[in-house]
Amino acid sequence: MEFAFTEEQEMIRDTAEAFLAEVSTSEAVRSAMATEAGYDAELWQRICGEMYWQAIHIPEEYGGMGLGYVEVVAMMEQMGRYLLCSPFFATVCQGANALLLAGSDEQKTHWLGKLCEGGLTATIASNGGVSSWGPESVTATWRRDGDAYVLDGSYRYVIDGHTAQLIVVAAREVGSEEESGISLFLLPADTPGLSREWLPTMDQTRKQAALSLDGVRLEADALLGDAGSGWAVLSQVQDLAAIALAAEQVGGCQQLLDSAVEYTSERVQFGRTIASFQAVKHKAADMMLLTEVARSAIYYAACVAQEALQGTELAAELPEAASVVKSYCSDAYFAIAGDTLQLHGGVGFTWEYDVHLYFKRAKSSEQLLGNGTQHRERLAAQLLDAEDAA
Amino acid sequence: MKLSFSPEDEKFREEIAGWLSQNLTGEFEKLKYRGGPGDEHMYPQERQGWEKKLAEGGWTCVGWPEEHGGRGCSIEQQVIFFEEYARAGAPGRVGHIGEGLAGPTIIAFGTEEQKRKYLPGIVAGTELWCQGYSEPSAGSDLANVKTKARFDQAKGKWIINGQKVWTSLAHESDYCFVIARTDPDSVAHKGLGFFLIKMDQPGIDVRPIEQITGTSEFNEVFFDDAECDATDIVGAPGEGWKVAMGLLGFERGVSTLGQQMQFQNELDEVVKVAKSNGAASDPVIRQRIAKAHAELKIMRYNAMRMLSGQSGSDGSLQKEALIYKLFWATWHRSLGELAMDVMGPECEILEGGPYELSRLQSMYLFVRSDTIYGGTNQIQRNIIAERGLGMPKEPKGKAV
Repeated sequence: MEFAFTEEQEMIRDTAEAFLAEVSTSEAVRSAMATEAGYDAELWQRICGEMYWQAIHIPEEYGGMGLGYVEVVAMMEQMGRYLLCSPFFATVCQGANALLLAGSDEQKTHWLGKLCEGGLTATIASNGGVSSWGPESVTATWRRDGDAYVLDGSYRYVIDGHTAQLIVVAAREVGSEEESGISLFLLPADTPGLSREWLPTMDQTRKQAALSLDGVRLEADALLGDAGSGWAVLSQVQDLAAIALAAEQVGGCQQLLDSAVEYTSERVQFGRTIASFQAVKHKAADMMLLTEVARSAIYYAACVAQEALQGTELAAELPEAASVVKSYCSDAYFAIAGDTLQLHGGVGFTWEYDVHLYFKRAKSSEQLLGNGTQHRERLAAQLLDAEDAA
Repeated sequence: MKLSFSPEDEKFREEIAGWLSQNLTGEFEKLKYRGGPGDEHMYPQERQGWEKKLAEGGWTCVGWPEEHGGRGCSIEQQVIFFEEYARAGAPGRVGHIGEGLAGPTIIAFGTEEQKRKYLPGIVAGTELWCQGYSEPSAGSDLANVKTKARFDQAKGKWIINGQKVWTSLAHESDYCFVIARTDPDSVAHKGLGFFLIKMDQPGIDVRPIEQITGTSEFNEVFFDDAECDATDIVGAPGEGWKVAMGLLGFERGVSTLGQQMQFQNELDEVVKVAKSNGAASDPVIRQRIAKAHAELKIMRYNAMRMLSGQSGSDGSLQKEALIYKLFWATWHRSLGELAMDVMGPECEILEGGPYELSRLQSMYLFVRSDTIYGGTNQIQRNIIAERGLGMPKEPKGKAV
């Protein structure tokens, strides 16, 4: 069976872990999260210049490393472990994926080239401020004006939206409904008529922004993919991003589990370590089960994601894989975060200990791109609502 | 890392699938989806016939080395075999304890004579085995075995006295492998022996245990001066624990993929009922079905991770293998509950009197045993915490 990391993949993971342990310390995370930008620009430049992570799954023809989504997932797991504050997720797992799936050769050469060379940051804006992530969440509009497009509307929950240099926006043709009429456009941050505002968030380690478009005029070359058929692409990009996010959640699970075991093994009450109490051991065992099962899930989804990017055999399984992992990993991470806080007792409730940073990240990543309930409903629709073939 | 099987392996898949579709017909048709845990009481004779049929096709012991009559299949091929076997709805194997447990133990620890004497019958599907480990006072605490084995110099035989319990298929088995105390003064896991015992003898009494389902597949087995040849102890007297624990290393989980295929068949049936009776429109039921589906999907890949990984140099299980029993058993138990909730009031109505259960009803009751046998959920959590997370061991109680 080859359902395990290759030696090269293990090396990538171990290198990432060693680097992050050094640069994404508790102190570094706390200092980054206190800023409005939410990340250390120097560190991002190091990540791009020394590690070349931004280019990991970009094909070589655009200046990338030409590796795959398994590698992206392996790195996201480690970033989740160390709560890295960086534009990696929005740039690589959202923006770059949209370009990879729908970009023309010129668009890919230009933008992916900038990403690989100079660490250009990117993100996606699609959700108009509704609680779901289906086509109904796209509320901004576009209309034609000669050969150009004019966009109006607003967005919320845009990851790094106030700092990203390139924004992929989703908008629907005026009067269109559901999946039809949705298009994707590329907006450089200095586009006239685009305004951006940082939204303070409960989870300070991942920044969100609100964007608004006021009569933004775009030339035809800003269109990403075909006009009106953007939902298929956006849906795939959201699935790919959800899988990356799930990997990050697994990294968080592992770090919390380790810290819970470490803390309870040191804390002495009633003349013994509290780790020796069966109630604590059994809770930790359940946390390990969730962590390992979640890890099995993201490795599977990573393989499916890779096939989706290549358009090979399992590509059609992408929505299912994304919903399976996003639902399981979201719930696992939040449960483990809550239990870790509990096992730390009073200190788990303090600002000084790092538990709350993970506890907050668990909730924010659970709600981003669909929570467990929403993804299970998507699976249920696939399982239960399809007419049986006669 | 990849999910797909090689073209050669896919060819192997076609071969076994083809053989099954050609042979699981006629007299064997009625065996489809029958047998296995919770349904072991069904068609015992016919399933023994099926075991021989499998052997004729060369489909028993596929993972054994060729020198011992197996096919020498790779892990991938074994996985494919179990998957296709379950996909075809082929019946629960009556020979699985011989193939999966007794045989591999004899291959690893047995003498040449023991291999010659016992392996061919397992491969041919003509000799069935059961496992004599648990006792009334040795459940989770297996080292508390009280069954005694004393060597009678005059007879040149081991004489066995004691009782085993929860012995699956004992009433149909030709042989039982038994751990018994060779040193009467020993305690815990020291001083045990591992014996291969013929079931058809005056000193052995098998009594079925009636289960929650009203059926019997487990038994009590009483040894009253039962005899065992001097040559039928595996390893030396006192090495029984080592031999018994060696079994755990063989069970690398290839059969779990087949077990999951059976789970899939059960879940498919739950989905079918939900669609036909309207339960599929209940938002809570929808959530639960989706959750069951998602976790079964992940279960497959967790098993593939187990099979792809290397176990520790000390034979220790990797983390994804350590949690596996707790995961699948709990999942399966929940599926039983979900099945009843999907059926609604109809779940109470039996197929017939006095106590004829449908497949889902029987599953719902039987899965209560999944979280008990083979190490209860509570024991599993101790093992995970201690071996997986290095947390302190439970304090030892004083001998009672």
